[in-house]
Amino acid sequence: MPVDMRTFLAHVELANPITTAAGCAASGRELAQFFDLHRLGALATRSITMAPRAGRPTPRMAETPSGMLNAVGLQGPGIDAFLERELPWLAQRGIRTIVSIGGGTVAEYSELARRLADAPGVTALEVNLSCPNIEDRGRVFAREGSAAAEVIASVRSIMRYDVPVVAKLAPDVADIVAVARACVDAGADALSMINNPLGMAIDTEALRPSLAAVTGGLSGPAILPIAVRCVWQVHAALPGVPLIGVGGVMTGADAFQLILAGACAVGVGTALFHDPYACLRIERELEDLLQARGFQRLADAVGLAHRPPGSAPRHLLVDSEESSP
Amino acid sequence: MQVTGTVLTTRRVDAYHALTVVAPGIAERYRPGHFVSVAVGGAQTSMITRRALTVHDVKPDYGGTVELVFTVRGPGTAWLAERRARDTLDLVGPLGRPFPLPRDPVHCVLVGAEYGSAVLFPVADALMERGCRVDFLLGGASADRVFGAMRARRMAETTTLTTEDGSLGLRGKVTDALPSVIADTRADAVYACGPMETLRAVTAVAIEFDIPVQVAVEESMACGIGVCMTCVIPVIGDDGATRMVRACAEGPVFRGERVRFEDVGTIPFDALGAPGGGARHAG
Repeated sequence: MPVDMRTFLAHVELANPITTAAGCAASGRELAQFFDLHRLGALATRSITMAPRAGRPTPRMAETPSGMLNAVGLQGPGIDAFLERELPWLAQRGIRTIVSIGGGTVAEYSELARRLADAPGVTALEVNLSCPNIEDRGRVFAREGSAAAEVIASVRSIMRYDVPVVAKLAPDVADIVAVARACVDAGADALSMINNPLGMAIDTEALRPSLAAVTGGLSGPAILPIAVRCVWQVHAALPGVPLIGVGGVMTGADAFQLILAGACAVGVGTALFHDPYACLRIERELEDLLQARGFQRLADAVGLAHRPPGSAPRHLLVDSEESSP
Repeated sequence: MQVTGTVLTTRRVDAYHALTVVAPGIAERYRPGHFVSVAVGGAQTSMITRRALTVHDVKPDYGGTVELVFTVRGPGTAWLAERRARDTLDLVGPLGRPFPLPRDPVHCVLVGAEYGSAVLFPVADALMERGCRVDFLLGGASADRVFGAMRARRMAETTTLTTEDGSLGLRGKVTDALPSVIADTRADAVYACGPMETLRAVTAVAIEFDIPVQVAVEESMACGIGVCMTCVIPVIGDDGATRMVRACAEGPVFRGERVRFEDVGTIPFDALGAPGGGARHAG
């Protein structure tokens, strides 16, 4: 019997838990050459900013052990071009779209939310909090619960009630649970974690940093354990909050780890650079794993690793005692 | 499309490596200028970015084969160089935008530096099919780094070779010889592939002669399919505005005069969305 893969991001139902990670699917059209985007649980856009952004100089990428560093600098078309060209393309096709936004001030996030509030085709709004706050000496919003909460509260008050607001959290903070709690208290309907931790590589030939921007975000399988840890801690503290687990997912088993830690959806990012079909493969592998372990519903596996040692997995009892309707 | 290809043959070509891979779907769709990306290191690899490779030859044998040319630059290409017949490779392609070809039978000079020359051979085939005259100008640091000299001599009307150490052909760079080759062959167009610095100089010569130049850039890429945004270069669009465009998706072939070679590796201040345009703070 096939596993029921449906999941909920707050009240929004997704056909399956696999989404692209923000910034890893460009405008969506690039991946559409390879597969039907309707087969994704949802597509997350790159982080949209008010003005068009040219991004960082090259080299922007360096391969590292089981990962890569990137310093793209949110290159993108800006909100006007996004609303004119990219979002309608996705909306006309009925592709579930999580729009990611990035800004330098609370006012900029709010303005982006205002522009997106009436746009058709926004399934959820993800707030990229790993942007430097220009009103606070460039410290990123995600570092501090109060700064993150201010952004979330403002965006939440502007977006329509039926569009969930998702806070994207950074892993390199002193206490991710505190930031998560601040975002939820400010009105976040769901949380997404993790954004890239910062890293750096040095080119031993050129004797200089490998990236033009010196530091960059580390992604790929190297960061999966950090993502699992963050999801675990936040789910333990806030068990009722839907979490999108993101970070280094390459296989169905990686996605399964995040789900067992407490994620109800899983973002796939760097894996797409390696394999354009990664989302479909991971979804299939995850379904096979769930089926092999006797699960009838994905929802039964969410956070299951938190149960005390020795306790029975409830889902197996339920399906043997109660016949299906 | 993604294909699991079987390696048919491997060979050394002077300082370079060539792999012939059975990849039917890719061979069928290939146009000169396209490239393919290959996963390296096997199933349990720690190398997660794909390597973009030049296609040197496409044949209909075994349902379609592609010959890929590369040089060993790091652990990924070293792994590729160790592949043997019957090994399998994970290929995605054909990728990028191919070379535009002239409608009329014009005279074309094909300029290649190092293994960038490899991509010019399918271009030469396509041009000759259209009745164009093809002349090659190939160069490298030394004789073993000039790719395809023999094949060029067999195909082209004339072939000029240059090496920086003088071990083969003329001493110097391809761009030193380019003005006289253009003049002698009365060329109407230039096709070029090689390092950025060579393409910059080739473009400068073509502009001097007032003839069109198409260049295929070699920029490092992580994905090859347009999603990672790491292979960008500043290119002037039809509207006159400079944008940071992806070498993999909008390229790798560009009109030479549109590429701002001097500004590669920077964000020109007048590029669309450059810092200072009011959005400098985010991300």
